[in-house]
Amino acid sequence: MLEIENLHVKVSGKEILKGIDLSVQPGQVHAIMGPNGSGKTTLAQVLAGRITYEVTQGKVRFEGKDLLIMRPEDRAREGVFMAFQYPVEIPGVSNAYFLKAALNAIRKYRGQEEIDAMDFMALVQEKAKLLALDETFMKRGLNEGFSGGEKKKNEVFQMAVLEPKLCILDETDSGLDIDALRLVANGINAMRGPTRAMLVVTHYQRLLDYVVPDVVHVLVDGKIVKSGDADLARNLEKHGYGWILEEAPRPAPARP
Amino acid sequence: MVTKSVLQEQMSKQEYKYGFVADLDEDMVPKGLSEDVVRLISQKKKEPEWMLDWRLRAYRHWLTMKEPKWSNVRYPPINYQDIIYYAAPRPKKPVNSLEDVDPEIRSLYAKLGIPLQEQERLAGVAVDAVLDSVSVATTFKQRLADEGIIFCSFSEAVLEHPDLVRKYLGSVVPFNDNFFAGLNSAVFSDGSFAYVPPGVRCPMELSTYFRINAQDTGQFERTLIIADERAYVSYLEGCTAPIRDTNQLHAAVVELIALDDAEIKYSTIQNWYPGDKEGKGGIYNFVTKRGKCLGVNSKISWTQVETGSAITWKYPSCILQGDNSTGEFYSVAVVNNYQQADTGTKMLHIGKNTRSTIISKGISAGYGRNTYRGRVHIHKGATGARNYSQCDSLLIGSACAAFTFPDIVVQDPTAQMEHEASTSKIGDEQLFYCQTRGLTPEDATNMIVNGFCKQVFLKLPMEFAVEAQKLIGVSLNLEGTVG
Repeated sequence: MLEIENLHVKVSGKEILKGIDLSVQPGQVHAIMGPNGSGKTTLAQVLAGRITYEVTQGKVRFEGKDLLIMRPEDRAREGVFMAFQYPVEIPGVSNAYFLKAALNAIRKYRGQEEIDAMDFMALVQEKAKLLALDETFMKRGLNEGFSGGEKKKNEVFQMAVLEPKLCILDETDSGLDIDALRLVANGINAMRGPTRAMLVVTHYQRLLDYVVPDVVHVLVDGKIVKSGDADLARNLEKHGYGWILEEAPRPAPARP
Repeated sequence: MVTKSVLQEQMSKQEYKYGFVADLDEDMVPKGLSEDVVRLISQKKKEPEWMLDWRLRAYRHWLTMKEPKWSNVRYPPINYQDIIYYAAPRPKKPVNSLEDVDPEIRSLYAKLGIPLQEQERLAGVAVDAVLDSVSVATTFKQRLADEGIIFCSFSEAVLEHPDLVRKYLGSVVPFNDNFFAGLNSAVFSDGSFAYVPPGVRCPMELSTYFRINAQDTGQFERTLIIADERAYVSYLEGCTAPIRDTNQLHAAVVELIALDDAEIKYSTIQNWYPGDKEGKGGIYNFVTKRGKCLGVNSKISWTQVETGSAITWKYPSCILQGDNSTGEFYSVAVVNNYQQADTGTKMLHIGKNTRSTIISKGISAGYGRNTYRGRVHIHKGATGARNYSQCDSLLIGSACAAFTFPDIVVQDPTAQMEHEASTSKIGDEQLFYCQTRGLTPEDATNMIVNGFCKQVFLKLPMEFAVEAQKLIGVSLNLEGTVG
């Protein structure tokens, strides 16, 4: 579903990703772990289409199509979704209005009719239950005055409504208390299925206790230095990143 | 490396689709201002002596006044001798009915989407069409007259209804009120007049469509609306002007009077030519609008959508004199490119239990400067007065600016005041977020702007709310997007 080949990315002139290779099949959940500043968020943002991130080399194909030439909205319409680490606030635009506009934009692209208001409400209520969101939530401004936890829940909620093919979750677990973490994890797990793939970017093991990945990759200084199964994540939690850094040939630090 | 922001690209383009000029034979007075010019205007309008006297008193007082410098807008000095104070399309034949209106003028208004026929599309709206200095047509006059409602050009009112005009002209905005109101009082050339008799609910929207066509002219119109006891009227004005690379002055005065239990709802959709994207040309819109709730339980409500003009300077206000009277101000002001707006309201609470609501939404894009300036004054003895004010600013991009100058004076200890303010920004972050959910940057901006303005749009007459929404889309260059 997603094929990343030798991806190099610069941000503000500095090379952050230095040759990523990754292949994700439908039905799989891949976790991307790594220390601070290793390029995890950059990878997520580049896949979503952030224009300030400059791809200097490499290819990304999504369902056989060149993802990198697509505008961010077209990537979304093709079925790529990124749950943001820091979702923005948009006051005055209600959650419901926003989500309906987004869903209809995606449906239109796929040649489907706009969703009927009643069907939309039914869909939203069903998905809201999954994350234990109450009804007032839909009427509030998009992320306006939301707590960190509410924002993260909203990301997963949007993902549940939009039903993308590829879900990229950028540190969705950060800032969540244990109850919220469970809810969010349940929401994510409910979406796992044979046709959907997930890329879970995280700093810690704790989300992976609930959302058990098929493959774990460790990203260090812009490169995947180790891949393994769910046990790799557990080892990292126990021993930190140090042993991997010693084991893997460490790339020379980039100096201008 | 910084890629050019999506926002910058989107906002720098701008199209103004009312910028054409009609080729009309116009009767103009020579450039410049003097007592002779004031007399000439009065003479051309065949005015009675009292009207000329009033103009001359205004003119002489104006000569002693200085242009105000306190507003938060910047422009080069205006040469008042370089303006044509009167320009009127010369009628090809006497105009006795709508059918006699010059086809050239008719087609000009048709192009603007304002039919000068009493036809179906705007069947619920009576239109007074003001072109440059004069009213060229008024629709549905008979239908309204059947209800006892007077709706005509200001010039006609001076001749046909002198008692009403003399009683109320200048009673809300006296000629010595401010510099621009003084100038208007001396040289005003036409405008609309409406009187709704006691107990009558006006059956349709009254509307004036202002159009500047001639070059180097100023437009100085005057509107006077009186709602007698228990009367109700909803009035709407719209305005456009051709694209020209010099600035043109528009200094209007609007006076509203609501007697006991009367209600006036006044809506403006202001779309004067805003200037080009470098800030060249455009209308200076220096306007004094004020309503007086003279009677008990009366109500005056201002709703304005300001998208045009190079500079806007206006503060539609309410004098809440009658006990239990209500004043409202709902405003959306948009500035893009190099537009500047300094707008807001004054709510003067004099009567007991008077209430006022202020909802101001300022949108700044490009290099625009948007200022909200408001005063709420609770006079001594206005017991139980209440005010709620909300001033929100939305910034689009990073080169624009928003200012808020609320001024609150409370002289009665029983007053209740609430003031809320917010500033938000549509940045590339928000747009990117929306894009990752499948929305184009244009759709996203449109959605955010409409969400921001919704509170005010809801106050507009239904037919015009959609227009206003579209207009804002156009002035922010979001045309062709889903609404």
